[in-house]
Amino acid sequence: MQADVFVKKRWNSFIFLLILLVVTFVSIVITEFNMAKGLASLPKALQWGFTNFYPDEMALTKLPDILNKLRETVLISVAATTVGAIFAFLFALFGSRTTKVNGVLSKVSRGIATIFRNIDISAWSMILLFSFGQSALTGYFALFFGSFGFLTRAFIETIDEVSSSSVEALQATGAGYFSIIFQSVIPSGIPQMISWILFMIETNIRSATLVGILTGTGIGFAFDLYYKSLNYHTASLVVIVIVITILTIEYISNYVRRVIL
Amino acid sequence: MTTLLQLNHVSKHYGNDTKALSDVNFSVKEGEFVSIIGPSGAGKSTLLRCINRMVDANSGEIIFDNVDIAGLGKKDLKKARTKIGMIFQHYNLVNRLSVIENVLHGRLGFKSTLAGALGLYTEEEKRQALQILGVLGLQEQIYKRSDQLSGGQKQRVGIARALIQNPKMLLCDEPIASLDPNASKIIMDHLKNISASMGITVLVNLHQVEVALKYSDRIIGVNKGSLIFDGPPNEITAEIIEAIYGSEAGDLMFDLGGQYAG
Ligand SMILES: Nc1ncnc2c1ncn2[C@@H]1O[C@H](COP(=O)(O)OP(=O)(O)OP(=O)(O)O)[C@@H](O)[C@H]1O
Ligand SMILES: [Mg+2]
Repeated sequence: MQADVFVKKRWNSFIFLLILLVVTFVSIVITEFNMAKGLASLPKALQWGFTNFYPDEMALTKLPDILNKLRETVLISVAATTVGAIFAFLFALFGSRTTKVNGVLSKVSRGIATIFRNIDISAWSMILLFSFGQSALTGYFALFFGSFGFLTRAFIETIDEVSSSSVEALQATGAGYFSIIFQSVIPSGIPQMISWILFMIETNIRSATLVGILTGTGIGFAFDLYYKSLNYHTASLVVIVIVITILTIEYISNYVRRVIL
Repeated sequence: MTTLLQLNHVSKHYGNDTKALSDVNFSVKEGEFVSIIGPSGAGKSTLLRCINRMVDANSGEIIFDNVDIAGLGKKDLKKARTKIGMIFQHYNLVNRLSVIENVLHGRLGFKSTLAGALGLYTEEEKRQALQILGVLGLQEQIYKRSDQLSGGQKQRVGIARALIQNPKMLLCDEPIASLDPNASKIIMDHLKNISASMGITVLVNLHQVEVALKYSDRIIGVNKGSLIFDGPPNEITAEIIEAIYGSEAGDLMFDLGGQYAG
């Protein structure tokens, strides 16, 4: 009996691997992706990168301009995340098993969050391009919707995980809904929630760069502009600035996490 | 002594086929110390939770302090709950808050929305919290974070949170199941003392029959959702234990002969 289970498991993994191989092969054929050619061109690509893709003196004169765009991107990401977090917290309260007001509202708010979460940020940008055109607002709302959906889900899990037992205890004392939220749900969940928000800010700064290319705003647009005007030296400076920013943000959020958790 | 709690024909089923309680009837007097024993899944937790409506019974009356709890609206239910303290196996404290904050949570049921949300407590309430912590031997722990306490200390914080409600009754769902024998004895002694000296009724679910025999004024035995036994500890026999726990459980788990030793 037990042996059967293991044999079955091995078969399952084997079949899975086989399917994976077939899918890989088929997609290579369909896209006419030539593995050998791809690998062979790698050294040439690297060489090109080293000779062209580094910032020169001309590029450095553009630095203030780039930093300006960067500030726009970072601020939009942070704003979209925090506003998204506020909405996410409200929806998470209604959606969570522990703090739901009633079953219907819980299903509705979970449903809304799921829809927002499952539409990718780039898809949101394209949808929103129709309403807001190529403006910072498009990027802001795209990031906001994505963060809202993701954070709602994360907050629901946080609430159910860390505060369900103390919520039960406070309900048993006869405490009211708002007392329970402020005295139990928030104090027990706040470190995890802040941690999720920081994670979301990091992710959003990355996405904002790509969204910016699409919507013509922020640092993404700066990169796009310089790259398309064949100004590779300045484009490389943009990339370096983005990488430094992301690393810095990650460092800060790791530090904050260490302190609060 | 007057009757504080009376259950009439209380039944509860989860879903369609899990019968957790069937036609449970018993009453508890003021100041009584009552243990509920029974095998795992017998319905002890469900029974306790039906009393303060953490779980809604499907039928029957639950008369507490002359009111039928089962028929109360939201607001009156909250008011009734302030008179009933609850103690949990896993303490259910807010781990990141200090001991004193956790104790003061027991007062939230008496507060307005704003005062409760902001955690505004009166000097009198704080004084009372300190006094209760003193009685339970937690003077040294008052400002510590709750997650830095031992299990036994956490449970005492749980008891303090219940006591500051000035309750008429305590419901304890396996208060010592996660504790070592030493800490268990301290907790049980406190509960016994609370019932004896403050006149608070104590209803406690227990897994350890010998503890129930030692501390209770009365024991209620539950099996598969039905009351099998309701009487004083000295009426418990090996046959009754067998009826509650099923065939050989009686001599496997403990020695009835030693029941009056403690
Ligand atoms: N929330 C629930 N949903 C569905 N069934 C439940 C739920 N809670 C309890 N039950 C079922 O009801 C029955 C009684 O459970 P209960 O928790 O009251 O038993 P118990 O005597 O407290 O057991 P234990 O000693 O293990 O704590 C069990 O069959 C259990 O599976
Ligand atoms: Mg139980």
